[in-house]
Amino acid sequence: MITIARITIGEAARRRVLWVLVALAVLAVALTAWGTDRLVSLSRDQGSSDAQIKLIVSQVLIFIAFQFTFVLAMTAAFLGAPAIASDLESGVAQALLARPLRRSSYLLGRWLGLSVVTVGYAGGSALLAILAVSFVSDYTPPSILAPVGFLALQAIVLLSLALLLSTRLAPIAGGAVCVVAYGLAWMGGVLGDIGRTLGASSVATLGDLSRVLLPTDGLWRGVVYGLEPAFVIQSVGQGLARANPFFAADPPSPIYLAWSVLWLALVLGAAITLLRRREV
Amino acid sequence: MADPSPDIPVIETTDLRKRYGGVEALAGLSMTVRAGEVFGFLGPNGAGKTTTVKLLLGLARPTAGQGSVLGAPLGDLRARRRVGYLPELFRYQPWLRAREVLELHGELIGLRRQQRRTNAASLLELVGLADRRDDLVGRFSKGMQQRLGLGVALMGEPRLVILDEPTSALDPIGRVDVRGIIRTARDRGAAVFLNSHLLSEVEQVCDRVAIVDHGRVVASGALDDVLGAAEASVRVTGLDASRLGAFEVFGTPTLDGDRLSIRPMDPERVPELVDKVIAMGGRIHEVRSGRTSLEERFVELVSSDRSMAGTPSSALPGNRVAS
Repeated sequence: MITIARITIGEAARRRVLWVLVALAVLAVALTAWGTDRLVSLSRDQGSSDAQIKLIVSQVLIFIAFQFTFVLAMTAAFLGAPAIASDLESGVAQALLARPLRRSSYLLGRWLGLSVVTVGYAGGSALLAILAVSFVSDYTPPSILAPVGFLALQAIVLLSLALLLSTRLAPIAGGAVCVVAYGLAWMGGVLGDIGRTLGASSVATLGDLSRVLLPTDGLWRGVVYGLEPAFVIQSVGQGLARANPFFAADPPSPIYLAWSVLWLALVLGAAITLLRRREV
Repeated sequence: MADPSPDIPVIETTDLRKRYGGVEALAGLSMTVRAGEVFGFLGPNGAGKTTTVKLLLGLARPTAGQGSVLGAPLGDLRARRRVGYLPELFRYQPWLRAREVLELHGELIGLRRQQRRTNAASLLELVGLADRRDDLVGRFSKGMQQRLGLGVALMGEPRLVILDEPTSALDPIGRVDVRGIIRTARDRGAAVFLNSHLLSEVEQVCDRVAIVDHGRVVASGALDDVLGAAEASVRVTGLDASRLGAFEVFGTPTLDGDRLSIRPMDPERVPELVDKVIAMGGRIHEVRSGRTSLEERFVELVSSDRSMAGTPSSALPGNRVAS
């Protein structure tokens, strides 16, 4: 498993995926820092209070994080979807799996290697962006590690789904299904919150179901919660604000986090089973 | 894993079957391959050759029947440490260097770092890629990738080397090299399972062969046994067909148009046969003597198998291709 994980990381580096991701991350962080700096200067010039500036910066940060989760979803989907499928299609897997290599070790090695790349990208970029914003605006979110961790977990969820699809679908098909599933889960979560706010229980249930089936939107709420100033949560934490996808009144519950971890285990277990049953 | 006793077959299958939906790819394959022999596995397209290789390596599961590789059940992980494989579709990570591909396979079979490096260097030398050891595989030609695959298959001195069409992308010099490599592997005691459509190549290098069609063995044994005895063929006119019995002193005669065939036929008695034909009033246009080539025997066996199975012989690709 470690051998496969190592060559997977090596592949990302040799194919320049890693370096493109690093370059994009540096660019994104630089633009975020510059934009935030300009925004803070303009707000101060217009006489905004510190609380107002904190609110603006936190919302900007959440919006950037949202954009970043989409980029991350695409990255995870298009790194994970070809990981197994391309090896099977090209014939590389024939030579590898004829060796004394368990299919579970092969799949988990691919997963581990890609997780290191994706989490490194997600964690590194998010951490840098938060620190850069904090540096130029004096606003430091109440928690730094929690939102970065939720972002990384979200990426691992999508990567695992992409790997599961990769055992049966062609790379393009797997990547597309993964991105669509991410979008549907996000929309399901938003609709569920709107339904709950308006008292439409069936819509609320649908939203809950989508968060159980694919825990990306539920984890996204953890990112938002970690980036919000405490006073925002206290002052606008109830009512219609709950329907806002860029606001979270509560972090994901421990039960939900446990389910997310169990979800990962179930998806990887299913991927291993499907790969074992597949004839190479 | 300790080497199996030389008495234990390297490969043994009994009534091995594989069905893909409604198609029976293997219909009861039974064969034995022993240590230190080069075993040719031949058959027309769709005969079940690649399916057999995949079952032996655990890449696919049999529907029924039994088999063992190096004394262990099919797909056994420990046995696979001592099995080298060159797939027909040879593709290796294009972003790795040639030596890195070999070292990766060395790592997967449990060789130590130094052993991997030494082994990789000597194998790159053997397959003629020593000067390209640090080049990316993605820049290799097909022939070079096949040479690399051959090196991969020989990593760690396997007890069984399975080569699926090992010369399909090679030039004539490369083919000669491969024959030498196969003989070297045999000489150090390994069994080589050679799946090839190049019958002349099989004829030159194999100790035993099995010919498969419709997923079962239609002939197998030592090359001499499969090819049978020598025969003589005379193109002749003016011969009275009712007097064919006069040739039975040489062997079994058959007359097909102007072609008189005697089988078996001692090559030393061919001048005597010629005298006899002339004495009987025949006019000779051509005389050929020798053993049936593997290609002729292959076509004969597969055509006969297909006529029994009700498949038109025209289904044979040009009546000559064996893969």
